Amino acid sequence: MAAHLKKRVYEEFSKVSQQVTLEEVPAKKLRLTKPSKSAALHIDLCKATNPTDALQYLLNFARKPVEAESVEGVVRILLEHYYKESDNSVRLKIASLLGLLSKTRGFAPDCIIDDAINTLNNEKSHQVLAQLLDTLLIIGTQLPDKIAVIQRLIDVACKHLSSTYFGVRNKCLQLLGCLGTVDKPLSKETDVGPGAQTSPVRDVQSIISDYFQDQDPRVRTAAIKAMLQLHERGMKIQQTIYNQACKLLSDDYEQVRSAAVQMVWVLSQLYPESIVPIPSSNEEIRLVDDSFGKICHMVSDGSWVVRVQAAKLLGSMHQVSPHFLEQTLDKKLMSDLRRKRTAHERAKELYASGEFSSGRRWADDAPKEKVDTSGVNLIDSGACGAFVHGLEDEMYEVRIAAVEALCSLAQSSPSFAEKCLDFLVDMFNDEIEEVRLQSIHVLRQISTHITLREDQLDTVLAVLEDSSRDIREALHELLCYTNVSTKDCIQLALLELLKNLTKYPTDRNSVWKCLKFLGARHPTLVLPIVPELLSTHPYFDTPEPDMDDPAYIAVLVLVFNAAKSCPTMPALFSDHTFRHYAYLRDSLSHLVPHLRLPGRKQTASSGLEASGVGSGSLESAQNFLQDSLIRVSVLQNLETPGAQELLEFTIRDLQRLGELQTELAGSADFCATYLHCQLLLTKALQEKLWTMAVPLCLKQNAKVSTATRQILDETYKLEFLYSGLETQQIATIHNVRLQAKALQLILTARSKRGVDRVLGVCEKFLQDVESFQRLFMTELPHFQDSFVEKLLELMPRLTACKPLDLVKILQTTLRQSRFIHLKLPEQIHRASATIIEPTGESDNPLKFTTGLVVALDIDATLEHVQDPQTTVKVQVLYPDGQSHIIHPKPGDFRTPGPGRVRLITQVYLSHSAWTEACQIEVRLLLAYSSSSSKQSASKPAWNESMDGLPTSESCIEGTIHLSKPVKVFIMPKPARR
Amino acid sequence: MPDIKVTPLGAGQDVGRSCILVSIGGKNIMLDCGMHMGYNDDRRFPDFSYITQNGRLTEFLDCVIISHFHLDHCGALPYMSEMVGYDGPIYMTHPTKAICPILLEDFRKITVDKKGETNFFTSQMIKDCMKKVVPLNLHQTIQVDEELEIKAYYAGHVLGAAMFQIKVGLESVVYTGDYNMTPDRHLGAAWIDKCRPDILISESTYATTIRDSKRCRERDFLKKVHETVERGGKVLIPVFALGRAQELCILLETFWERMNLKAPIYFSTGLTEKANHYYKLFITWTNQKIRKTFVQRNMFEFKHIKAFDRSYADNPGPMVVFATPGMLHAGQSLQIFKKWAGNEKNMVIMPGYCVQGTVGHKILNGQKKLEMEGRATLDVKLQVEYMSFSAHADAKGIMQLIRMAEPRNMLLVHGEAKKMEFLKDKIEQEFSISCYMPANGETTTVVTNPSVPVDISLNLLKREMALGGPLPDAKRPRTMHGTLIMKDNSLRLVSPEQALKELGLSEHQLRFTCRVQLHDPHSDTDTLGRIYTHLKSVLKSYSIQHVPDGTVIVESIVIKVTSSAEEPNLKVILLSWSYQDEELGSFLSTLLKKGLPS
Repeated sequence: MAAHLKKRVYEEFSKVSQQVTLEEVPAKKLRLTKPSKSAALHIDLCKATNPTDALQYLLNFARKPVEAESVEGVVRILLEHYYKESDNSVRLKIASLLGLLSKTRGFAPDCIIDDAINTLNNEKSHQVLAQLLDTLLIIGTQLPDKIAVIQRLIDVACKHLSSTYFGVRNKCLQLLGCLGTVDKPLSKETDVGPGAQTSPVRDVQSIISDYFQDQDPRVRTAAIKAMLQLHERGMKIQQTIYNQACKLLSDDYEQVRSAAVQMVWVLSQLYPESIVPIPSSNEEIRLVDDSFGKICHMVSDGSWVVRVQAAKLLGSMHQVSPHFLEQTLDKKLMSDLRRKRTAHERAKELYASGEFSSGRRWADDAPKEKVDTSGVNLIDSGACGAFVHGLEDEMYEVRIAAVEALCSLAQSSPSFAEKCLDFLVDMFNDEIEEVRLQSIHVLRQISTHITLREDQLDTVLAVLEDSSRDIREALHELLCYTNVSTKDCIQLALLELLKNLTKYPTDRNSVWKCLKFLGARHPTLVLPIVPELLSTHPYFDTPEPDMDDPAYIAVLVLVFNAAKSCPTMPALFSDHTFRHYAYLRDSLSHLVPHLRLPGRKQTASSGLEASGVGSGSLESAQNFLQDSLIRVSVLQNLETPGAQELLEFTIRDLQRLGELQTELAGSADFCATYLHCQLLLTKALQEKLWTMAVPLCLKQNAKVSTATRQILDETYKLEFLYSGLETQQIATIHNVRLQAKALQLILTARSKRGVDRVLGVCEKFLQDVESFQRLFMTELPHFQDSFVEKLLELMPRLTACKPLDLVKILQTTLRQSRFIHLKLPEQIHRASATIIEPTGESDNPLKFTTGLVVALDIDATLEHVQDPQTTVKVQVLYPDGQSHIIHPKPGDFRTPGPGRVRLITQVYLSHSAWTEACQIEVRLLLAYSSSSSKQSASKPAWNESMDGLPTSESCIEGTIHLSKPVKVFIMPKPARR
Repeated sequence: MPDIKVTPLGAGQDVGRSCILVSIGGKNIMLDCGMHMGYNDDRRFPDFSYITQNGRLTEFLDCVIISHFHLDHCGALPYMSEMVGYDGPIYMTHPTKAICPILLEDFRKITVDKKGETNFFTSQMIKDCMKKVVPLNLHQTIQVDEELEIKAYYAGHVLGAAMFQIKVGLESVVYTGDYNMTPDRHLGAAWIDKCRPDILISESTYATTIRDSKRCRERDFLKKVHETVERGGKVLIPVFALGRAQELCILLETFWERMNLKAPIYFSTGLTEKANHYYKLFITWTNQKIRKTFVQRNMFEFKHIKAFDRSYADNPGPMVVFATPGMLHAGQSLQIFKKWAGNEKNMVIMPGYCVQGTVGHKILNGQKKLEMEGRATLDVKLQVEYMSFSAHADAKGIMQLIRMAEPRNMLLVHGEAKKMEFLKDKIEQEFSISCYMPANGETTTVVTNPSVPVDISLNLLKREMALGGPLPDAKRPRTMHGTLIMKDNSLRLVSPEQALKELGLSEHQLRFTCRVQLHDPHSDTDTLGRIYTHLKSVLKSYSIQHVPDGTVIVESIVIKVTSSAEEPNLKVILLSWSYQDEELGSFLSTLLKKGLPS
């Protein structure tokens, strides 16, 4: 056998070495076969004289990949050496290599399983045994549906469970966890077999749970992890292990406790409603409550890893009863269950009842009446105030976990949200900014459930003076969503916001926006304070305030937004207020809503707009969009007369619709752009140049080639700028792109002399077609009569024919192909960005010394941009045409809300001296690469890329303009000598 | 039975002059050696004559351990070591060793230079005493002698405060000193591993208190200071030089920085400045935040906090001043208080405990007119606030520590008797362990049940392993046969054969014989045959032989049957077994007594 094998190996070796020389034109996908690994390995291993050498060879060997076909050979050779080898470390390495090899893609490890199991029987070294079991585990996970194999592996694992070495037991448990099944008892098969053993019928779970009491903490951990693994694989864990798991919560070792916490949590999710007795009394509670209490207990564990884990898990226990939940915010002992106190009372009342004093008041801890200590502790008192402990933990990781858990629990329970408010507000004062920020965000998330009282608002607003911009903005965001209870609150908030505005003028936009929502939310609370806010007087005329004062604008924003849903308010306005309204409505239209002002003539346009903006109009707009699409879809061929006009009108309509109806802007824009592409394409095809002789068409050429370039650009925009696209739309876009490329190809063929160049372009085009086919195989039925379909039909011919023929074929196909209609997906969003700062209005040039850098603060909001950290770039364009692209740091992106991203960054500018101050342009770009969009595209196999072959798809990279450019005045001065 | 004796010389049902004697495994250890703030006579120091009437303490004490640098824990140290006489080792952590002499020197100055006392320890004595100190690190196990070892754990409370585990053989005691289970702005929380000591000696200053969330307190404090400063008032915060002062400084410093406030903050010079220096040095003893950020900026290098000068007190405009001492009984804080008391815009915040009789105590209890020396009265118009920033564990914290350490017994010191009683009940109820609270001079004896380690011969162990199941079950005890040899202070468990060989003794066989009478109508051989089949069916896993010479052998047990001539139906069964098979033998005899199945 071995001799035969070697022969085969050598054959491979020699055969392959011939192939290497046979290198062909690398235009097509080509696979270089490397000399067989097994042969080389065998030679090396034979050469090795001592274990160290052998180990070295194996290590070297492991660095290189092995192709699937030769894996089996390699494995046989390795096994052969394995049996011969006496050194443990070498055997260990071989065992680990076996596992690594069986992971090779395209290799089915069935064939080596017998050998692998055989090796186990004779192995003496514990370490090697553990490694072998690991290998079996890998093999087993590769073959999840071979029941017989799995069964064998499980039997092997059960056999070795009694090993004295912890590593072997660990691996066995891991194997059981990864492969074991719960539904049927284990030894069924062995009973059926000839040597029917008398082993009792036990299932994996009970076997694993036996090892919960193992003497080695590592094995205990492994046992719990195996159980969790079973759960993850969808097996139902029995409730019986609950008590065992609970016992492990007080284990001496932190990793055991950490795993046990997870186990208890899993069980609490599986059996929330079952009833468990409370030890030391004859009462019973729900399991979820019991486990909640136990996990709460772990929040004051000695190890911070466990604490983090416990705090995190608490957040996901939504089924817990409300009174247990509220315990977590009250440090008081459980014995006075009836005397619950809200956080609110806590702030007002002393701890008069006597049991414990709070330490906040002088001398209130003098012992009072004897407390009745016979009260039953329903849950361990450690659960009380779990969150109080978590929130004041030493490690900020625990604190953040606790804040997040609070958030998640509060979202599902409004009453709890009310109670945890004070605690979250307290966290605004944490020593670590991350925690402060997180707690503000959390408060925002739960703010729908809560109404802030005056004193709470007061503490919240105190943070407005924070010097960190992030904190302030997060707080503004919070205020946008907050409900307050009284008019005094509104006044207080306004006052503090104005204070903020004077202290930090850069917060202007944010403050205004905040007031907009505050006003819109509380019209009735604003109403009584309007005269005061606008400082009007029943008898006297008051001086007209300065219209440019940001504080005055802030007040007006608040009032106008409140007035929107409060028709009586405008009666309180004085004349100049109306004038200011008109001004602000124009200049800050996003902040000031449209108002129906009494006694004012509404201009026709505004009236129309008002009717258009109503909520009912969304539907009609949607209908309109659909109608216009249907109208276009009637067109079969765009060359029919009148078709182009229709297309043009539709595009115009859609664009206008997008402007009017912000909800539909994405869809409308998308359609418009698509139709525009089609229009361009048709126009290009209708040019006379196709009938002209080649030398005459140069001038025409320019027009068409710009059109094609434009179409290409537009298709990239279509593909990457819009989110929410489905594969079908992407395929449609690709179809258009292929058409454009075909057009380009024809143009090149007509304008360029020499076949060589055209040849390259043709190859590339064919590759594109191929990749289209690969990517959108499933979508092809939608493409009847389309360009692509026809092309694919002709594909065999195309690949064979000469470039000039190809061009001819393309030309006819282009003209014959049908116009593909666009089906709109549910929701399309257009990625957009606005640069808030710099505003581009400043006349003062930014001066700096040439050669040195100056930092320019950029503040921009991005909407609907996917994965902004990697895609968004900043472009700086100098007047001399130089352009720089800057990648902002991932930390510069902040997410204030869903779908919205805020980019606050600094770009460094530098230039050589100018004589005059000049404007540079700054804009945001969206970088794309075609490979990133094609996740489905098969990545080149790792062994290929290792060999340095070019990847089959040339990935297209480029950028799309995401925002309007902003001009910044800069002035580099020559350095003074 | 071995026992551990604990005798508080101070701090037994009392706060102040902590000094606890522990005798464990024949070693005597003194835990802390403090003074009492409330007395100026002999009572201020522990009564060392309890240990010995005359002569030096060195012979009676194996070591002295100081938990932290507060004077009620180390104030009597020079007196004890130099004036009473002790030359043994004194253990404390590095920061304690650094800061302790400063405080002692200050204390000495006040008593000798200001109050004019004589017969007090001198500066030289403090220095000599400090020479006897052995510094140690956290979690470092120090071998005092062959048997006694001590180990320090982090305790929070103040910089360098530690809890100590004292261990002799398998008996151990943990002494907490003062500790804090909730981290504050500059220190972390106390931590101990599951060391399961025989006694946990814990302080219980806040035995009846469960403190509110520390954030509430901090927020209230900052809000009050901020409001007062905003309306142009002055804030006086009387503090003791070390500990709380630093926490509050950091709190205000970060707040000022966050809020961009401009009002000046001062702290009184002298002691605090020196102490801040040490806080900067021992950055590893502080909390996560400070430890992690000190590379960029050492939090103890304050930007907004400047040194105070006497003349600043009259400056107009808002300001915040930290001044010593903390109870407003003398010194700078009292002077400033007198100046500011008349203005209702101003505020004084008492961040800690005030002893009865001090100005602090009076104003906290709402007194509006104070009598000053020289019959002058002072109207107190300024606002008086109390904020407990004391860094002691509250009741919940004490419970938490008990849960962490899992002691077998609990002993409370450093607290008021009434409050202790309350906590004692709680502990006994919740953990069902016994809890003690001895008064000063009262000895508590705790009987321990230490396990005795024995060397076992590997051969014996392997043999026993082979007999039982594949894995030793750690949770279940198992009996085994062997011989215990006690020789030269060592205990060994060996197999009987080896023991015989080592001791040069010959083996004696011990056999038991037993007769069982049985009514059986069959012949002798048949009876034996029936016994054989019966046993065979009962004892499945034993080797049972029927030997042709008329005996049945079960393992080493021989069974014979005879019958007397006169009564052929009455069979006498003879059982004989060796001592080793006692269990099986007695089982068989009872089995056969029941008769054979028909």
